[in-house]
Amino acid sequence: MGAIRTKADSQSYTFEGFGSDKFPNFMLRGTGDLDNWRLKTYEQRHEGYEALRKALKMDPASVTGEVKASGLRGRGGAGFPTGLKWTFMPKDTEERAFTRYVVCNADEGEPGTFKDRAIMEYNPHQLIEGMLIAGWAMQCKLGFIYVRGEFKWLIDKLDAAIQEARDAGYLGKNILGSGWDFDLLTYRGAGAYICGEETALLNSLEGRRGEPRVKPPFPATKGAYGQPTTVNNVETLASVPVILRIGGAAYAAIGTPNNTGTRIFGVSGQVKRPGLYELPLGTPLDFLVNDLAGGCSTGKKIKAIIPGGCSAPMLDAKDFDCPMDFDAMKARGTMAGSGGVIVMDENVCIVEAVLRLTRFYAHESCGQCTPCREGCNWLEMVLHRIEHGEGRPGDLDLIASLTPRINLRTLCPLGDAACGPIDSALQKFRHEFEHHIEHKTCFVKGPKLTAGISVH
Amino acid sequence: MNHPLPPETSDRPLAPGQRLSRSARKSLSPETEGEILALAAKYPDKLAATLPALYLAQAELGFAGLEAMKEVARILAIPEGHVFGVATFYTMFHQKPVGKFHLQVCTNLCCALRGGAQLFEQLCTRLAVQPGGVSLDGLWSVEEAECLGSCGTGPCLQVNHEVYEEFLDETRLDAVIEACMRGAVPEWGK
Repeated sequence: MGAIRTKADSQSYTFEGFGSDKFPNFMLRGTGDLDNWRLKTYEQRHEGYEALRKALKMDPASVTGEVKASGLRGRGGAGFPTGLKWTFMPKDTEERAFTRYVVCNADEGEPGTFKDRAIMEYNPHQLIEGMLIAGWAMQCKLGFIYVRGEFKWLIDKLDAAIQEARDAGYLGKNILGSGWDFDLLTYRGAGAYICGEETALLNSLEGRRGEPRVKPPFPATKGAYGQPTTVNNVETLASVPVILRIGGAAYAAIGTPNNTGTRIFGVSGQVKRPGLYELPLGTPLDFLVNDLAGGCSTGKKIKAIIPGGCSAPMLDAKDFDCPMDFDAMKARGTMAGSGGVIVMDENVCIVEAVLRLTRFYAHESCGQCTPCREGCNWLEMVLHRIEHGEGRPGDLDLIASLTPRINLRTLCPLGDAACGPIDSALQKFRHEFEHHIEHKTCFVKGPKLTAGISVH
Repeated sequence: MNHPLPPETSDRPLAPGQRLSRSARKSLSPETEGEILALAAKYPDKLAATLPALYLAQAELGFAGLEAMKEVARILAIPEGHVFGVATFYTMFHQKPVGKFHLQVCTNLCCALRGGAQLFEQLCTRLAVQPGGVSLDGLWSVEEAECLGSCGTGPCLQVNHEVYEEFLDETRLDAVIEACMRGAVPEWGK
């Protein structure tokens, strides 16, 4: 086991009024305190493992029922109802007893998203408790936490926390006298963004290349090691103890009717106070960006916001009042995604920003489906020549004809994600692209976003 | 027809029938071999130990080249082709040697908005390294990284997949380089 990180964290986690009834603090408790990850702190200060005790007294189906009643939707990006996902797991029959697994997706690689890191850094036991409850509700045998390779220090910390839980009898055989056995294993990824997709993650967890699988069969039928598996995001699983503690109905009362509870929003880019802010779903975007994050750091006007991790289509000034929940975002043509808000001021060259994102997708495409493997590279080449003053008059039409051939034509949503920023930028900031092609130079005078001597 | 086979180099895969010369073969220490076998028993399937075993082999041999892949395949008794496929798929397994200090700067959008690209260029110039290459003295290698999960605290720099430096600016960049030279940062694989 490596050393536990002791360096103080300079990130902003809180704001005035955080922790009150209006802005409850469920996920970020004790952030900034480097000793907060210990079991003792979690038990003494944060009602640790009370929810587990409560869950173990209930039968598994009513635990799932409670999560269903809470209306919790997956925090990884797609917003699928968690309770419903759990019911897809097959039950044991007289002919066949299943080995079921629960997997935590901690492969946080979406540019703009940095929320799961904070949970694992400061509240690993909340995640462990959430996985235990999920494991009990679905009667799983083993849980895996798949963490991205760059977060090695977090894996060391998780391993230490899991060992603490094991020593205290929360993991292992006959947990708290319930007769149920469950254990957790961490798994370190190796730097592939695609492994955030659940079936690619399962392949990687089995020691294979992280290539998404053909669905069906869905993971609930045939997941990790061929067994029924449920994959949930870190934040989703860490919300489960809260739901059990305060009750599904109370959790459902927070947020908006179809988008319940709180989630962590990460604000990055050109704002005064970047950081993580936990807010009830449905909070307006401009409240987060202007009031909490302090508005634009350069003193200029904000031109565009990417509201849900870099795969979400960008918004321009007329949509900054959008409530941040899954349905409202969808209605505005974007998505709530993973809750990573990227703010760009009016000096940012949208063409260059889109080029940088497309380069990321071209680099991270696993190469399995032709539309994404070839299409993303073509998009990058076309955008590259537009950005470098070699754009041709037909290039925008070429891009517009390319994206529909990638979108929805691949096994996983990486292809769709690559198209989101380009399509929305072309729609909302077309004049910048045209300016680039016509005048061979940039529309704005901002700092460069791509390194000139690039290897990609 | 018996053509003499060229010697195998670590940056080229083996052709069918091609063999490493005996002196060029490297093997993992018995301790690492034991650790890899323990990993195989830890997961429900021994194939799952491929990634962690490659990390161990990379730490010992310095990079996950063909020797490392072959060793992993031999110890776990899994196909060499599978290990090759895995090792070349993931970016954190290096097929070529890296510097004693492998520096990765995030230049993705969030970090770039806060000057990541400029810092990366500065770093390359300062250390006289080509992006993706190793400096002549073998001390430094520099790489552009895709999102290190530090978007709110960017630009972000990672040394040897371990040390994490956030809110990077020129002063901090100097401090990191100085710390590496002073020996305060563990070298690659140590």
